[in-house]
Amino acid sequence: MFAEKALELIRELKRCVDGTMSPYNEDAVRQVLDEMKALFEHNQRDVSAAVAGESELYSSVHLRHAGLERNKRCLLAYLYNRLENIKKMRWEFGSVLPADIKYNLCEQEVQWFNKYNKMLANYMRSIGDAGGLDLTQDMKPPKTLYVEVRCLVDHGEFETQDGNILVLKKNSQHFLLRSECEHLIRQGILEHCVH
Amino acid sequence: MSSDTDEMGGDTEEEVMTAAEVLEKLEEAWLNEKFSPDLLETKTDLVECMLEQITAMEENIQRAKKGDFKISIHRMEIDRIRYVLSSYLRIRLKKIEDFTAYILHQESQRKEEDSPLLSPEEYKFAKEYQTSVEGHFNSLALRHMPANSQTLDHKLTVIQPNLDNYIFLRVNEDTQGILIEEETLDTGEEIVDLEKGDQHIMRYRPLAPHVASSAVSLI
Repeated sequence: MFAEKALELIRELKRCVDGTMSPYNEDAVRQVLDEMKALFEHNQRDVSAAVAGESELYSSVHLRHAGLERNKRCLLAYLYNRLENIKKMRWEFGSVLPADIKYNLCEQEVQWFNKYNKMLANYMRSIGDAGGLDLTQDMKPPKTLYVEVRCLVDHGEFETQDGNILVLKKNSQHFLLRSECEHLIRQGILEHCVH
Repeated sequence: MSSDTDEMGGDTEEEVMTAAEVLEKLEEAWLNEKFSPDLLETKTDLVECMLEQITAMEENIQRAKKGDFKISIHRMEIDRIRYVLSSYLRIRLKKIEDFTAYILHQESQRKEEDSPLLSPEEYKFAKEYQTSVEGHFNSLALRHMPANSQTLDHKLTVIQPNLDNYIFLRVNEDTQGILIEEETLDTGEEIVDLEKGDQHIMRYRPLAPHVASSAVSLI
């Protein structure tokens, strides 16, 4: 059946759990493209035959064309949804991708990530006159100024806004300005203690 | 320090507004943007004015005595304002990314005298974003496709916001005669008068111009 492989790609997207990235399925993409090529060539032959007088070929030409369109649509949907996922990663992890995620991207996707990174950084820097605004901060409405956090990994020294230096050791607890440690919480270095 | 938040005014739209009023406007714009399916006009003035306020407030905190308990209250206020600002711009950016082609098309259709949909920075971002996504499609898939399917037809692929979404709204000004439903074969046309203070759930499309003129706000 036509477009079977392309549907497989879409299923793969659906199966992918939130916050993870499935590997770029280069084989399937190539197979879809090959199928498209075969369909196209077959169609070309039939079209010339049909023009020459065999008008019963028209319906199969139509069917193959529908298959071509479907393949194209599925393939683009696959790429687009992966881009959406990559964007989400940018907002979650910041400008450097974790190695395990980067491993699952193809080369062009990594390039696109870098481009997106640059675009976003340029945009954020251009907000207002004075140096811009980091939109990846303040993701949740602030409830309190300070939060109690527990360190999940050894992170080393951390300098607060007022110049004090803290050592973030595993399992130590601190009372920090929310705006300062939000990034670290999202990266999984600190954990917000809720009592 | 309290004087900054109350008296230092930013002048948007020629009239002088106090910072508190600017904040109120910004919050309204934020809520409207959050609940409307479509991208609304840009409020660059408000954003810039509020950013200046934040910087000014931060400078004042630097000058203030250490241990003054007012500091933490002001810090909290700054955090809240910054959240509203970032959230507002984030929502806009998300819409721009989702509906890039549609929004750029709208922007190009806009008449000279209408206020712009995108700020210059947002416009630049939208353009770059569109080029990069199309470039990506091209290099990975379209380029390898048979000759007749290599182009991307904007009419077919464009993602549009659903303007028929239902929204909650509160009426700020009396507005008469809003055409909710065109006349069809089965039913007559439906016209609604809105009274100040009313709250409704309605389709977004007929109300879009009234949201823009802030006769109604979304809640």
